[in-house]
Amino acid sequence: MNKPLHDLSIAEAGEKLRSGEVASSDLVEAVIKRAHLTEAQLHAFLTLDSEGAREAAASADDDLAKGKDRGPLHGIPVALKDNMTTRGLETTASSQILAGYVPPYDATVVTKLRDAGAVIVGKTNLDEFAMGSSTENSGYGMSFNPWDITRVPGGSSGGSAAAVAAGSGLGALGSDTGGSIRQPAALTGIVGLKPTYGTVSRYGLIAFASSLDQIGPLTQTVEDAALMLETVWGHDPLDATSYSGEYPDPSTDLDRGVDGMKIGVVSELTGEGYEPAVESAVSEMVERLEGAGAEIVELSLPTFEIALSAYYLIAPAECSANLARFDGIRYGLRAEGATTEELMAATRAQGFGPEVIRRILLGTYALSAGYYDAFYGQAQKVRAGIQEDFARAYSLVDALVSPTSPTVAFKAGDRVDDPMAMYLSDICTIPSNLAGHPAVSVPIGLDERQLPIGFQVMAPALGESTMFRVAAEVERIASFEARAQIAEVVG
Amino acid sequence: MPVEIDIAHVARLARLKLDDQDLETYREQLGVILDHAAKVQSLEGEPQVESAHPLGLENVYREDKKRPSLDRDEVLSQAPEARDGYFVVPPALESGE
Amino acid sequence: MSYEPVIGIEVHVELATESKMFCGCDVSFGSPPNTNVCPVCLGLPGALPVANRRAIESIMAIGLAFNCEVSSRSVFHRKNYFYADLPKNYQISQFDIPVCHDGYLDVVVDGETRRIGIERAHMEEDTGKSTHIGEGGRIHSAETTLLDFNRSGVPLVEIVSKPDIRSAAESRAYAQSLRSIVAELGVSDARLEEGSIRFDANVSVRPTGAEEFGTKVEVKNMNSFRSLERAVDFEIRRQIDLLESGGTVVQETRHWDEEADVTHSMRTKEGSSDYRYFTEPDLVPMVMGADWVDQVRSTLPELPSERRRRYVGLGLDDDLAGVLSDADVALREIFDESVAAGATPKPAALWLTGEVTAWLRREEKDSSSLELDGSTLAELIAIVDEGVVSASAAKEVLEGVLEGEGSPREVAESRDLVQISDTSALESVVADVLASNPEAVESYRSGEQKVVGFLVGQVMRATQGKADPKMVNELLRTALSA
Repeated sequence: MNKPLHDLSIAEAGEKLRSGEVASSDLVEAVIKRAHLTEAQLHAFLTLDSEGAREAAASADDDLAKGKDRGPLHGIPVALKDNMTTRGLETTASSQILAGYVPPYDATVVTKLRDAGAVIVGKTNLDEFAMGSSTENSGYGMSFNPWDITRVPGGSSGGSAAAVAAGSGLGALGSDTGGSIRQPAALTGIVGLKPTYGTVSRYGLIAFASSLDQIGPLTQTVEDAALMLETVWGHDPLDATSYSGEYPDPSTDLDRGVDGMKIGVVSELTGEGYEPAVESAVSEMVERLEGAGAEIVELSLPTFEIALSAYYLIAPAECSANLARFDGIRYGLRAEGATTEELMAATRAQGFGPEVIRRILLGTYALSAGYYDAFYGQAQKVRAGIQEDFARAYSLVDALVSPTSPTVAFKAGDRVDDPMAMYLSDICTIPSNLAGHPAVSVPIGLDERQLPIGFQVMAPALGESTMFRVAAEVERIASFEARAQIAEVVG
Repeated sequence: MPVEIDIAHVARLARLKLDDQDLETYREQLGVILDHAAKVQSLEGEPQVESAHPLGLENVYREDKKRPSLDRDEVLSQAPEARDGYFVVPPALESGE
Repeated sequence: MSYEPVIGIEVHVELATESKMFCGCDVSFGSPPNTNVCPVCLGLPGALPVANRRAIESIMAIGLAFNCEVSSRSVFHRKNYFYADLPKNYQISQFDIPVCHDGYLDVVVDGETRRIGIERAHMEEDTGKSTHIGEGGRIHSAETTLLDFNRSGVPLVEIVSKPDIRSAAESRAYAQSLRSIVAELGVSDARLEEGSIRFDANVSVRPTGAEEFGTKVEVKNMNSFRSLERAVDFEIRRQIDLLESGGTVVQETRHWDEEADVTHSMRTKEGSSDYRYFTEPDLVPMVMGADWVDQVRSTLPELPSERRRRYVGLGLDDDLAGVLSDADVALREIFDESVAAGATPKPAALWLTGEVTAWLRREEKDSSSLELDGSTLAELIAIVDEGVVSASAAKEVLEGVLEGEGSPREVAESRDLVQISDTSALESVVADVLASNPEAVESYRSGEQKVVGFLVGQVMRATQGKADPKMVNELLRTALSA
């Protein structure tokens, strides 16, 4: 009955903090201890900031003792994907080109976390510049899945996912460009959420693909995801794409159930390439949602078939420009060069890993004279088509569901030499990014190898309340309480 | 559609100094990816070039007010080479814009 | 064969906003290097641009002043190229949907008005500044380059003319006229010396009467109107000479060398200019609705074309209205004040565009430092009308006024320029002159009336020019007919 502190949900820890049963310092010590125990196997973190975390925890405890309660994340130890800038704390986005880079400013989400009394325990590993689905593209070595340390934790927010799954943070922030929060959450048995594009500020998020990137939470529970989201989202004048209108309330419908709702199943997100265990777990969940009173509607959204193709043109095109600034002049790595041009070209070839170079080349090509219309222009058209398909679907149903990933966690090394196979990991998650819609992955069970399976719930733009309503019901039905096996190994 | 890629030209545009062997590997990989990506050409209709914000945001501006700049020492502490308040690079071969 | 030059001019105008285009850093000149920089204008990882509203309103004002259409919807693009002083290695600019398009500017060259089309005006950000250190400070021999990003991100408007310009003189007139309007709008300091306004010329030549354009050459680095004119002139002659000697013009960028008086080819890598423009995903579309455009329009000062019409309405002829309309704002303000103070518009305009302008040029002074106001000018005109001073003496009165000696009446007194209008005093001078010029008197009486002019001159000389010539004329005729 008595859970170890590092296994508490954010909501549970918050209750214990407010009742005086535990202090933030206790939580932080538990989490740091946990990280120290597991890091050798998991490599979830690039930087552990134990000292900073202890100071922040002490100050959170002080505040609470004075009756100053900063909200649901007050005193809660969280981890931060290392593509969000932290003033005075090394931030590399897992790239050698940023080795040793110490930003002079905090990302808006970091400011919001600090203002909310949250304690940042460290910066987590990712695929270099968030490009990948396994963390194998990290410039500092991959992370491993706490359920099976021969397998990947997913990516690109694999470090954040591994940390939360292993209890080295009660929650974490990740970023999601094509599934980079949801897919690792699915592969590590936790909740991962990408909110509506424009609701969480991207200021200070090291850009991969600006029109797709969105920061969101990875947590143990759906409720925790709502608590973290409420803390970090909101209008930011430093981000021109930040939404300034009225925000939905994520928590309001958590307990409402799905009775009377219409839920769509996307027929394109099934079939070849999907593991049977994943398909059957998802079908079973759909049936149980129907049993809980939802009307299930099967829908065909044809553009989803070419969403992946559009994504692998748009995202690289944007990244080719976003990553142009890494040139060895103002910060980060510098290679030798007799002229500025040589210095830049050598620095970039040396500092970027192969996947990043591949995507820069791909994006440069897709935008170049003579190919723009056939590739980038056409991809934007598909993007518009996907938005239309979604709009048609949401005129018929309240939410859409699918697997989060066609497979469970795969073996390290299995897909590194086959970029297309790796890209297919994101086939279910990409449409929501292209449309800018919210989507969440909720763990619903384990396959026969004891590897977690994720269930994705999608909703229209600003439909977070609806999305949480369904996700909470999925969570209740699944009653997925298994913890990563690493807990048994070392815990 | 078989995709033709002048990979050396693309690498030059992207300012990446790659050797011939690497270029060849990337050319092959890009070929495979672009074959798949070419599926986007199956969709008919007018090309769409403006990626509209999903929430329809328009006219987002800041007021013309000064905000504090960064401390120069903090900025230059990150520079690979700096001198007298400047960033330092070797000479440029080409002229700029 | 005779050739016709075809010239288009690109103008970069740095806007005089408080803060930069996409961040809150100061735009003023003269700060120590890299002190007006932040994550955004240094291109630090994670930083995002947010467009400056006043900059957008400034470019709208520029567009309206040049009779452009303001696009109802416009977007920013990324223009991708690597250069050390461009921190993100892309410039936020505009590609196919500029804020303003299809306008024109009427310029007067040799008394003839020419309408030069304006293709577009678009918004972009400036780059940082490179200083090349090495032997002779020349780019090609530089050993090190120092980078200062204080100018990085300063709002820049690029105004592109249509290829409607046909001579070096027209190029200069276009540039001057454009500069004065931009300065008048108050949206830019528009100082050539500081580089807050910069001119590039696209020059080509074609056989007279041909429809097709010749190969164009872009000429850069002109830092005065005079160097613009000379560079264009040089380039026209260079291209014609080349064609006449059987050569062909190569499309390239050439650098104007002020000292050598020639243009040089600039080194550029072949095929490096594929800018891969795409919509800037960090910014959202700009929508310039009629209300916003009207609101910006209502803030515009009076534009030269409107002003000319108003002057003609006040009774100035076209030429004088044109000259005054193009005059410095300080002179035009004095004009309006003087008319309000009761001066007749035409002499007021003539004084300002004639004597006052000549004095400023002679004294090498700026019109803004003039010690002349409208009521003073009105007084000067009045004392001429009243006959207090002669028209020629009035020039001297003006000089005294401009030198700060007092009001026109005071200067006329102190410089002893008041006309002798006392009849009895003049009558005795007339009598003296007649007595000492008997031959002239004889000639007059024998019918040679034009000798009066000589006698008037003698009286004027005797009075040191202070006599009213009209009165002298009358008195002489009366005395001679007696």
